[in-house]
Amino acid sequence: MHDVIIIGAGPAGLSAGITCANKGLKVLIIDEYMKPGGRLLGQLYEEPNGNWWNGIKESANLYHQALAADVKFMLETPVHNLEKIESEWTVYTEQEILKTEHLLLATGAAESPIPVPGWTLPGVMSVGAAQVMTNVHRVKPGKKGIIIGVNVLSSAIAMELQLADVEVAALTLPKLNQLTSLAAQPKAVMDSLLHVSHMAPSAFIRFGSKLMKNDFMKNLGVTFYPKNGVKMWDIPIHLRKAVIEIYGEDQVEGVTLATIDTNGKVIQGTEEQITCDFVCIAGGLYPLAELAAVAGCPFYQVDELGGYVPLHNEQMETTLDGLYVAGNITGIEGAKVAMAQGVTAGLSIAVNSGMSGLDNELQTSIQSIKQARANAHIQFHPEVEEGKRIVQEHWEEFEASVANISV
Amino acid sequence: MSERILDHPVLGSLENTEEVSFTFNGQSFKGRKHESIAAALLANGVRTLRYHEENGTPRGIYCNIGHCFECRVKVNGKQGVRACLTPLEDGTVVESGNKLPTPVRDWSAEHA
Ligand SMILES: Cc1cc2nc3c(=O)[nH]c(=O)nc-3n(C[C@H](O)[C@H](O)[C@H](O)COP(=O)(O)OP(=O)(O)OC[C@H]3O[C@@H](n4cnc5c(N)ncnc54)[C@H](O)[C@@H]3O)c2cc1C
Ligand code: FES
Repeated sequence: MHDVIIIGAGPAGLSAGITCANKGLKVLIIDEYMKPGGRLLGQLYEEPNGNWWNGIKESANLYHQALAADVKFMLETPVHNLEKIESEWTVYTEQEILKTEHLLLATGAAESPIPVPGWTLPGVMSVGAAQVMTNVHRVKPGKKGIIIGVNVLSSAIAMELQLADVEVAALTLPKLNQLTSLAAQPKAVMDSLLHVSHMAPSAFIRFGSKLMKNDFMKNLGVTFYPKNGVKMWDIPIHLRKAVIEIYGEDQVEGVTLATIDTNGKVIQGTEEQITCDFVCIAGGLYPLAELAAVAGCPFYQVDELGGYVPLHNEQMETTLDGLYVAGNITGIEGAKVAMAQGVTAGLSIAVNSGMSGLDNELQTSIQSIKQARANAHIQFHPEVEEGKRIVQEHWEEFEASVANISV
Repeated sequence: MSERILDHPVLGSLENTEEVSFTFNGQSFKGRKHESIAAALLANGVRTLRYHEENGTPRGIYCNIGHCFECRVKVNGKQGVRACLTPLEDGTVVESGNKLPTPVRDWSAEHA
C-alpha cells in the first residue's frame, strides 16, 4: 500500500514525489513512458544568462533525488481509469490495480494537431515528436523539414533542430480553414509572436515588439511583412505564406506553399513547391486532463491556460477528496512552474496526511509558483496570470456554494 | 533516410550503448538497446510503421510520446503496441498492421 500515487513522472510529478517522500510518505510514481522526466526530457534552450537548460540533465537530477528519497517507480505503465471506492482511489493500469488515499494527477500536456491535406503521410509529425526524436533519442527526424505553425514551441524547436544539424527550410502558417482559424491568421500569430520576441535575434522582430503595441501598428506590421519572411536563427519565418498541401507518394516529398493575404486567404497563382523529407505540425498545447474527467472533477475552459482545466485551488487540491493536480494539467507553462506546483502539491498531501507545522512551507511554496511564473523564459500564454485568476474565482464560488449547502 | 546524432554541440556525444538486432516485417535491422522501436526504425530510414486498417494508406509516427496511437505495431506477437513507447530489446520481432477487408464499404456501392 502506498500513501501517495502520482500519475506522471514529468517535472511536476517528480517534484511532488520527492517532496512527499522527504516528509516520510510512501510514494509510487506511474508513467507510461520508458524514461522518467516527461516532456522535460526534450527541452534544450539557452537562458538569458547564457546557461543552457538541458532537460535530460534536469530530469536525471530529479529522478536521482526521487530514488534517493525511496520513491518507487512503475514506468511503461499506462493508467486508463480511476475510481473512488469509499475513501480510496483505485488506479487501473494494464498490469495491476492499485489503491491509495492520495492521488496526484501530473499528466502534463498534449499537442493539438492541425489537419493539413497530406498530414497522414509518414514523415509528418508533431513538432514535439521531432523534439523527442532529436534531443532524447538522438535520431534526426529527417534531413530537411518544414514547420507548419508559428508559435513559441515551434520557434524553440526549430532552433533545437538546427543545433542538431537538421535543416529547417521554413516556419510557415497552415492554410486557413474552420479548424485552423487563429493559427492561420497572420494578425493573430503576430500578436502571439510578439511575446517571444525577446528570444529572437532578428532585429525586425525585436524592434517590432516595442513598436507594435497597438493594433494599427500590428496591422501595418503584417501588411508590410517581408515577402520572403523574417529570419530567426537564420530560419525564414513566414507569416504571409501558408502550406496548402503536403505531398508525396509513400512518404513526405515536399509541401506546396502559397502566399496569403493579411486575413489568411490564399492568393491564387502564388503556389510554389518546396522539397523536404519531413514536416512538423505545431498546433499548440492543451492540458491532458482526461483522467481528471474520468475521476469526476468539474472543469472550466480557460483559454489563457490552453484549454479545459480541472477546478483546483492554490494548494493544488481539486474539489474531490484526496485528488490533487500539478503541472501542465492545470494550464500550459514551462517546467520550472511545473516543478514549483509539484512541490506545493506534495506539501498539501503531507498536510492532509496529518502532518502539522507545514503551513509556512506551504505558503512559501505557493509564492514560489508565482515567482517561477513571473520569471519564466518561455511563456506559452501571455495571459496566464489572468487564467489563474479565473480559476481562483471559480474555486471561491465553489467554496461558497459548499458553505451554503452545509449551513 | 535518417541518421543518428552522434555529436551534439550542447548534449555532447552519444553514449556507447549496446547494439541489438531486431526484425521488422521479417527484415533484420540493428538498433540501440532500450531506445524506442520508433526511433530504431527511423534511424534505419524506416518511416512507414503500418497501413491504415480501412483505406490502406501508409502511416508513421505522429506524436512520438504515446498520445495519437498512429505508431501501433505488433511486437513479439502482441498487437496494438505503440512503437514510440516500447523499448527495443535484442531479438524483438516487430510487424506492421495492414489493410483489413471492409466488406460493408464495398457492398454499399451496389445499394446506391
Ligand atoms: C510535446 C511537448 C513539448 C514540450 N516542449 C517544451 C519545451 O521545449 N519547453 C518548455 O518550457 N515546455 C515544453 N512543454 C511544456 C511542458 O509540458 C512543460 O514544460 C513540463 O514538462 C510540464 O510538466 P508536467 O510534469 O506537468 O508534465 P509532463 O512533462 O508532460 O509529464 C507528464 C507525464 O505523464 C505521463 N502520463 C500522461 N498520461 C498518462 C497516463 N494515462 N498513464 C501514465 N502516464 C501518463 C506522460 O508519459 C509524461 O511522462 C512541452 C510539452 C509537450 C506536450
Ligand atoms: S506516435 Fe503517437 S502514439 Fe506513438
